[in-house]
Amino acid sequence: MVVFDKPHALADVPLHYCPGCTHGIVHRLVAEVLDELGIEGKAIGVAPVGCSVMAYDYFNCDMIEAAHGRAPAVATGVKRADPDEHIVFTYQGDGDLASIGMAETVHAAARNENITIIFINNAIYGMTGGQMAPTSLPNQVTQTSPYGRDVKACGFPIRVCELLSELDGPEYLERVTVNNVKNIRNAKKAIKKAFQNQIDKKGFSLIEVLSSCPTNWGMTPQKALEWIDEKMIPYYPLGVYKDRSAKEEK
Amino acid sequence: MSTKQILLSGFGGQGILFAGKMLAYKGMMEDKNVSWLPSYGPEMRGGTASCSVIVSDEAVGSPIVSNPDVLVAMNLPSLDRFEDSVVPGGMIFYDSSLVERPVKRSDVVAYPIPATKLAGENGFSTLANMILVGKILQALGEFDEEKVLNTLNKVIPPKRAEMIEANMKAMKLGAEL
Amino acid sequence: MSEKILMKGNEAIAEAAIAAGCRHYFGYPITPQTEVAAYMAKKMPKIGGTFLQAESEIAAINMVYGVSSTGKRVMTSSSSPGISLKGEGLSYLAGADLPALVVNVQRGGPGLGGIQPSQSDYFQATRGAGHGDFHMIVLAPNSVQEMAQLTVKGFELADTYRMTAMILADGTLGQMMEPISLDFDIAPAPAKPWATTGTKMERPHNIVNSLFLKPEELEKHNFLRYDRYRTIEENEVMYEEYMMEDAEICVAAFGIASRVSKNAINEARKQGIKVGMIRPITLWPFPKAPFMKAAEKVKAILSVELSMGQMIEDVKLACECKVPVTLCNRVGGMIPSPDQVLKAICDLQK
Repeated sequence: MVVFDKPHALADVPLHYCPGCTHGIVHRLVAEVLDELGIEGKAIGVAPVGCSVMAYDYFNCDMIEAAHGRAPAVATGVKRADPDEHIVFTYQGDGDLASIGMAETVHAAARNENITIIFINNAIYGMTGGQMAPTSLPNQVTQTSPYGRDVKACGFPIRVCELLSELDGPEYLERVTVNNVKNIRNAKKAIKKAFQNQIDKKGFSLIEVLSSCPTNWGMTPQKALEWIDEKMIPYYPLGVYKDRSAKEEK
Repeated sequence: MSTKQILLSGFGGQGILFAGKMLAYKGMMEDKNVSWLPSYGPEMRGGTASCSVIVSDEAVGSPIVSNPDVLVAMNLPSLDRFEDSVVPGGMIFYDSSLVERPVKRSDVVAYPIPATKLAGENGFSTLANMILVGKILQALGEFDEEKVLNTLNKVIPPKRAEMIEANMKAMKLGAEL
Repeated sequence: MSEKILMKGNEAIAEAAIAAGCRHYFGYPITPQTEVAAYMAKKMPKIGGTFLQAESEIAAINMVYGVSSTGKRVMTSSSSPGISLKGEGLSYLAGADLPALVVNVQRGGPGLGGIQPSQSDYFQATRGAGHGDFHMIVLAPNSVQEMAQLTVKGFELADTYRMTAMILADGTLGQMMEPISLDFDIAPAPAKPWATTGTKMERPHNIVNSLFLKPEELEKHNFLRYDRYRTIEENEVMYEEYMMEDAEICVAAFGIASRVSKNAINEARKQGIKVGMIRPITLWPFPKAPFMKAAEKVKAILSVELSMGQMIEDVKLACECKVPVTLCNRVGGMIPSPDQVLKAICDLQK
């Protein structure tokens, strides 16, 4: 009896992610949702530049590799090419989405572009070896903030969900994490809703996933998951930041 | 002459570009080769607008008119700027209700037309440009009422069709001066 | 033939793009090309197409990348500073072998420069649009009719060779009106089995991508791309010769400079000077052969440009400097006058 299987939408190839990294979990959740909603054949994913750059090899749906930060603009083009048929998602990290691609993110949200964004916030640039991200915490030590992030010199972290929630555009914004079973279940629910919203033509849905980077944080995988609870969640509270349809129904 | 090089100039908003378009369109409808080139700048109103129009039996080379056969000056700065560039034997039409000096050159034919004043007196104050166009066509021996009306029907979009009559009146007024 | 209408060059590009089946336009306002966007904004909603004013030139070119990935005809237009911003996207389009039409209605530079016509983006268009080894097919119209025709041609070439075709115009051509016939022969777009339109669970997934971490693989892709470029150089060169049969002096000029030069050549001929012109219509691939042929019989070549001398390098390469090649130019938004060109021709005759 098979009790545990790979989702069909997840390619049967080894992932390149570091041990203890939560990208693998989020990939699996996205793939499970594509399966459960029966949309793998319609789905077109847009991969970012960053650790998940090779996500185009990991999903079995059609995939596009975008320039750094431009995934929401690329996704806009793909969606507008056939709004009824294409189910379009981007999968982006914090540097990609909240630094170099902030304009594309904000404007896709402002347009309520009918796409789904999976936003991995691990408070660091992983692929280039652990530099300060727009979401690195105050005093967080990184390769480019070796004495800790000095907010006087490099500014404060950006809370993406809160920032976008001020816009009239977006349909759904939620922050989740995947550092324990309960949180993973909750993350799956949020991701599913973000895709369902697109199917229902409700518009822009972004799920921010607080993720761990044991390698660049210099921690064991277990300690990294605890760090999410201890350091990240206090700065980036979990929860729904916008749910326009639910609000309108009230 | 097989080629007429026309330069129109005035304040933005005086209808310089439209006057040029009228001349170009009329040429095109008579199977001439034509080009129309506006000056373009950051300001939408006021400022100086000018427009090069070439109507020719031959293919048009450069669309830029630097030595016009015909100069239309709807304000003093335009006359000051372009008077010397007109070819000897050329024509200068100017709005004498706005330009307070005569043409200095003696080797060109000057047509002082109080276009703005006439337009105001006749109830179409925005059509001083078309009074000048009427006069130009008449002076060039090209004011054929039917052809002019055909051109107007093309140049003025259908949703502004009510403007055709007034434009025609203004041009006739110019032609009869 | 359909009735001729008077149309601006920028509008002719938009109208021709629609005729060629383009239903997606992304752009950002910049003088002197904004009429393209304005025309699209008016027309696209009426024919079920998409006009979207992007948040930046960068976003616009990436939206183009997205639509192109799905196999549909798509375009953007801009003017010089905006094209610099699109450079990133142009490189990615090349790396992912995606077709697109990009219009540059040039203005003077560098920097914010000015808004008057220029040809000073020649190097950028033919050599350096972005990082990496790649070319775009660069088409240089010199009339409103050609603005339209080359737009149609550009879409066809882009699809055939899976690459960007650029219309390299200038402010004059964009802003001027000339009579134009809107009768176009449109070839059907080729099949695009590589497009990412959803697998429908019927085929393995398609990937649009420009990342190849293994150098051997990246090298292979570059070699293959350049094999395709050789085919283009063999088959797609376009140029016009004017009075070259007995010419002793050859003018090289494209776009608006070729129109000014034509006036000067006609005047010089009246004075008995045997001068002709080679007008490149494709700037890449550059028409090397006619210049090589000309160099066998003319005594000098005069490159007339609205730049500090950019095309002149291709002219020299093409004729292998067998004859002197000199420059006649104005820059910064200025246009050489026919008299200036005539004088330069007369100087060469001496």
